[in-house]
Amino acid sequence: MLDFLNTFISGISLGSIYAIIALGYTMVYGIAKMLNFAHGDVIMVGGYLVYTGMISWGFNPLLAILFAMVGCTILGILTERIAYKPLRGATSNLAVLITAIGMSYFLQNISLQIFTANPKSFTSVVKWEGISLADGQLKIQGVTIITILTGAVILLALQLFINKTKAGQAMLAVSEDKGAATLMGIDVNKTISLTFAIGSGLAAIAGALLCSAYPVLTPYTGAMPGIKAFVAAVLGGIGSIPGAMIGGLLLGVAESLSKRFISTQLADAIVFTILIIVLLVRPTGLMGRKLQEKV
Amino acid sequence: MGKLKKTTKQELITCGIVVLFYIVITILDKTGNLKSHTKGLLVPICYYATAAVSLNLVVGFLGDLSLGHAGFMCVGAFSSALFSVAMKESTMPAGLRFFIALLIGTAVAALFGFLIGIPVLRLNGDYLAIVTLAFGEIIKNILAAIYLGKDEAGVHISLKSFPLQGEGKMLINGAMGIQGVPTDSKFLIAMLVLLITLLVIYHMVNSRTGRAIMSIRDNRIAAESIGIDITKYKMLAFTVSAAIAGTVGVLFAHNTSTLTAASTYFGYNVSIMILVYVVLGGIGSIRGSVIAAALLYALPEMLRGLGNLSNYRMLIYSVILIAVMLWNWAPAARAWRERVFKSKNKQKQES
Repeated sequence: MLDFLNTFISGISLGSIYAIIALGYTMVYGIAKMLNFAHGDVIMVGGYLVYTGMISWGFNPLLAILFAMVGCTILGILTERIAYKPLRGATSNLAVLITAIGMSYFLQNISLQIFTANPKSFTSVVKWEGISLADGQLKIQGVTIITILTGAVILLALQLFINKTKAGQAMLAVSEDKGAATLMGIDVNKTISLTFAIGSGLAAIAGALLCSAYPVLTPYTGAMPGIKAFVAAVLGGIGSIPGAMIGGLLLGVAESLSKRFISTQLADAIVFTILIIVLLVRPTGLMGRKLQEKV
Repeated sequence: MGKLKKTTKQELITCGIVVLFYIVITILDKTGNLKSHTKGLLVPICYYATAAVSLNLVVGFLGDLSLGHAGFMCVGAFSSALFSVAMKESTMPAGLRFFIALLIGTAVAALFGFLIGIPVLRLNGDYLAIVTLAFGEIIKNILAAIYLGKDEAGVHISLKSFPLQGEGKMLINGAMGIQGVPTDSKFLIAMLVLLITLLVIYHMVNSRTGRAIMSIRDNRIAAESIGIDITKYKMLAFTVSAAIAGTVGVLFAHNTSTLTAASTYFGYNVSIMILVYVVLGGIGSIRGSVIAAALLYALPEMLRGLGNLSNYRMLIYSVILIAVMLWNWAPAARAWRERVFKSKNKQKQES
């Protein structure tokens, strides 16, 4: 029972990381209607920035994370401006997808040149030991608790931002109907840039937490969590913020439990099977809105 | 050529390019002008071109984004390699064995394509993309975890490693895959597979079936309202595409002696790589797929030989990829090209 509880809690922690990444995915998708395949690699860049700040320059962890957030935000805005914005209004959706894939290759290989392929061992950004319950049989690591709390805070902050501020309302309007939003005097380009900035800043936090929990950092670290977070976003209903959170947590728990109790090798297969089953029952995800087809 | 139909002409040109490529390579080979490294690229070029053409059927003509192509390759590779390894000690001639292996790989992948198509094709757009990706990863993960062995007590299959009793052989050894696959894939055979694929796809696309498939892409509701059976044609295109991916898998398996279901061979990255060939070659252009696959597969490999520059080959590749996409698709670049070329045309007319 304790074993189950332990696995469950680490699953929620992993799920919180997926959820933070998925929030970025889902916001960008909702607003720009594009699958940003390079999002996972922004996490990796965030990880390297925290690493450089903490190890090479001796920043304290919070300052290093802040530095990574600023770096990733700039990176997010730049990639959007250079690679994605010129393709807005292109006749094929595939064009921007392939460009995002190219951007993903680019980020991986530029990191490979700068930081080499040797894995960096990451020191956790959380120094707290954590707590132990039930006479030390149930140990919860500090990083696990901090990760879960961070996830919850980010979700609340985003919900408030989107529902209570003008910029947030502008995002909703743009995701609903770009043309109408322009007519209402919303600067669509600025809103999209802002979305990329927030998504990339969140990716930096996710990178720091991910590398603290699994302390090996290579140029390919971001790829699989990126795909998983994308799966989480789709599972929850892409475009929906609570959906991304629920999808992320569900995925994290499912992955941890199947790794512990079924098979390490098949964990990914199980996670993907859950996605397929959910999409077959609810084709737009758990919290997705049903779209009516207009003729 | 004037009497030929336009579509027939297109088909002949593409097949002509492929045959010409074969002749040139063979002459270079016979006169000893081909490095062994280049020779090793020939079979992969053929099968990746085949894979790109088959994916183009789904992405370009049916208009559905599939990211699971590598999964079908994986199924075709493993089923055929299993047959070849099992039949290695029999008296069957190698040519016949490989021919049957090709049929098995194709048929098994077609079956998987059909079964996966039933649930998947109900979805649309990006949902379809992620579910096909998921199926591809599931197939790869399961095949990397299976142990299959034959011993005196019969055939065993398990998800955990197990000891064999007495005389026996492990056929699939978990993550170690299938060992000792006969390397039957030759350039000529890979070339023939590509040619046959081209003929099949060209004829399919230029027939009543092909027009029905394209009408689904252009406007699904309009297609349905004139009585086109959407499900049937979607399934048909998806299954044919999967079957050819299976053939590609057979060629792949018989080009390496050890077959493993590793991510580098059958992961979603491979599906994405083939998708890049299709899009850069021109969505819906069969000849474009062949040329793009051949060039883009050969390009990074060729850059390997360039000393210092070879470290940067994937970086160069990614920059070229982004630049080409922007140049080809950005509305601003298109408008600019139109302006420049139009003014040139005007000058020609005036002079």
